[in-house]
Amino acid sequence: MARLTVAKTYKMYIGGKFARTESGRSIAIKNLQGDVAAHICHGSRKDFRGAVECATDAFPSWTNITGYLRGQILYRMAEMLEGRRDEFASAIQTTQKMTVTAARKEVDASVDCLVQFAGWTDKFQQVLGCANPVAGAYYNFTVPQAQGVVVVIAPQTPSLLGLIALLGAPLCAGNTVIAIGSDINPLPAAILGEVCQTSDIPTGVINVLTGSQAELYEHIASHRQVAGIYSASLAKKHRVVIEQGAADSMKRVRFSTLDNEAWYDGNATASPWNIEPFVEMKTIWHPSAC
Amino acid sequence: MTIATQTNATEWDYSPAPDTTKITIEQKNKLFIGGKFVSPKSRSWFPTINPATEKKLADIACAGKVDVHSAVSAAKSALPKWSRLSGTERAKYLYRIARRIQERAREFAILETMDGGKPIKESRDVDIPLVAQHFFYYAGWADKLAYAFPGAAPTPVGVCAQIIPWNFPLLMASWKLAPALACGNTCILKPAETTSLTALRLAEVFQEVGLPDGVVNIITGKGDTGRFLAEHPAVNKVAFTGSTEVGKLLMRQTAGTGKKLTLELGGKSANIIFADAAIDQAVEGIVSGIYFNQGHVCCAGSRLFVEEPILEEVIHKLTRRLSTLRVGDPLDKNTDLGAVNSKEQLKTVERYIRCGVAEGAELHQTNTGELPAKGYWCNPCFFTDVQPSHTIAREEIFGPVLSIMTFRTPEEAISRANNSPYGLAAGVWTDKGAKIFEVAKKLDAGIVWCNTYNKFDAASPFGGFKESGFGREGGMQGLRPYVRLGGV
Repeated sequence: MARLTVAKTYKMYIGGKFARTESGRSIAIKNLQGDVAAHICHGSRKDFRGAVECATDAFPSWTNITGYLRGQILYRMAEMLEGRRDEFASAIQTTQKMTVTAARKEVDASVDCLVQFAGWTDKFQQVLGCANPVAGAYYNFTVPQAQGVVVVIAPQTPSLLGLIALLGAPLCAGNTVIAIGSDINPLPAAILGEVCQTSDIPTGVINVLTGSQAELYEHIASHRQVAGIYSASLAKKHRVVIEQGAADSMKRVRFSTLDNEAWYDGNATASPWNIEPFVEMKTIWHPSAC
Repeated sequence: MTIATQTNATEWDYSPAPDTTKITIEQKNKLFIGGKFVSPKSRSWFPTINPATEKKLADIACAGKVDVHSAVSAAKSALPKWSRLSGTERAKYLYRIARRIQERAREFAILETMDGGKPIKESRDVDIPLVAQHFFYYAGWADKLAYAFPGAAPTPVGVCAQIIPWNFPLLMASWKLAPALACGNTCILKPAETTSLTALRLAEVFQEVGLPDGVVNIITGKGDTGRFLAEHPAVNKVAFTGSTEVGKLLMRQTAGTGKKLTLELGGKSANIIFADAAIDQAVEGIVSGIYFNQGHVCCAGSRLFVEEPILEEVIHKLTRRLSTLRVGDPLDKNTDLGAVNSKEQLKTVERYIRCGVAEGAELHQTNTGELPAKGYWCNPCFFTDVQPSHTIAREEIFGPVLSIMTFRTPEEAISRANNSPYGLAAGVWTDKGAKIFEVAKKLDAGIVWCNTYNKFDAASPFGGFKESGFGREGGMQGLRPYVRLGGV
């Protein structure tokens, strides 16, 4: 008789722990054959608030470590993702009609995208910042600085690559992140925590929630400890909710226009101009005299 | 004997040194749309006054919905040609504008001072030279944009609505217009209600240099005019400098429209003085930080944090320095503080001063010289015994009012400085190099002035963190709000 496989219980990843939602809710995810493949956590507003606290606590140390170290940690994450290539490919295929080749292509592109962001950690400052030749005896320069907690709302597809591409930009600049996985293809997000856990990502730097994205928009947009929001492929009505809610604490909101094949173009996903919305430019003046 | 009386320095005084006011001002100032001055279809006008004399200077057109629409249409029609013009040709127009402003600098400075109330030495030595510099600086970028955005193929955003405040009227116009034009956009500029005259004179410059019709349109008016402009569906970009309250409204208003937005808003900037600072220089920095332009400066160093051991010395020196500041006729070249921009603003500042006293802080208003009978005046002052929870320590006053607090450790200074929803600017004073950079790094502020304050330059980006807005003006980063980038 065939061996009964041991199925994984999918959890969210908050503050370095694999947690079930406090709400006790779950959503059944059906595979392409129509069978229930898993029950994923239906994260709540309270889970989100908890994640914001973890991300806030993690911010000072993540943003203050050197770019060199941050780069090594992100590179380590890419190594761990590469090691789980088959698992992610099959997670993608669970809910999406894709060939093995196509699913692997998405995983490979995700790994490569992370490698690109790992490389940016100690370089984007040099591309986005500069010394300013002011007309006077001053030394003047502009440097980018991370904003704080950024919420990443993954596109529905590509569920893994979209998530990684949106996560990499704020993360490499020294922001901490709360990622909300794709509603219809949540499995890659649900196992991403395992990659974080094994790749030296400090506690709270990446937090992953699953469930219903739309249910959280208003709370994400109005939470005063959230500094930025990054998403792609959102319907206009949802963009309105997010931008209106973001006004009160003046969050930095960015809707990526990447779609379809563009997600597979590393020059587009890992452009420094995707990092730029999640840094603040600080200009420092000092007199020059003796 | 004369010599004996001269030892008493306070009896010496400057003779009045008023600048000439012989400049002509049109009695009816029309809207500048499509390269022509046109009467408002709204048929509505409002007076602009000199805040130092309360006398009416002229009538200004109040643009209504129809006028706004015709200005936006003019900008839209001018866009294809202007955006396709070669960068070098666009640059040449901007260079011409910069040159013409330099030639007419004196006239602009006097008009700015008459309409806005700021001391002539500031409009003459700071505002107008910076206006010319901004056009000159951004002119050079017009044909070099690809180098500012490597790998991203920058293209213009389109029709830009630019709404500016009354504290640096012409300077704010140049901050908005110069980068927008360099990047190939066309603009509709809406000056503040109380300070329209210099912007309209700038329109004359645009005519003189032959700037193509409709590339810049200037519509004067009140709050509604600005609202109609920002709401107009053909506008691709809204750039606003002003209050955080209005900034938030604009953010809600443009939500979901795809309009690009940049906001340069309020501040409650911290000026931190360590015990090891050069105290005399720091005191000068406090003065230029909070009393420059009557404190009508979004980045004013309005919260002063002094390391405890030097508090007494700083207060002593500041008190002495304050008594030498001359408040009065803005056209007098010796004047340090001119008139408050409007009656309304004066009332606001006075309300905050009363509030500071009522909440228990101690008011020091040592400059008690006689003020002119007419006009809106506020003597420079500071508060001690200020608690972080006091209204005067939290809210933007936009007047010559300083709140002084103390700290014991760098960590305390940083955390108290950052404890504000604003994040526009900060000052740090210390002779220790490593300390200055560590503190500068940890302050949540878009501009950090180290051992200096309130310095501005076209090549230096300006703009805030947090609720002080987003986007930068000035420098290479100041181009970003006016381009769309390909491939991202």
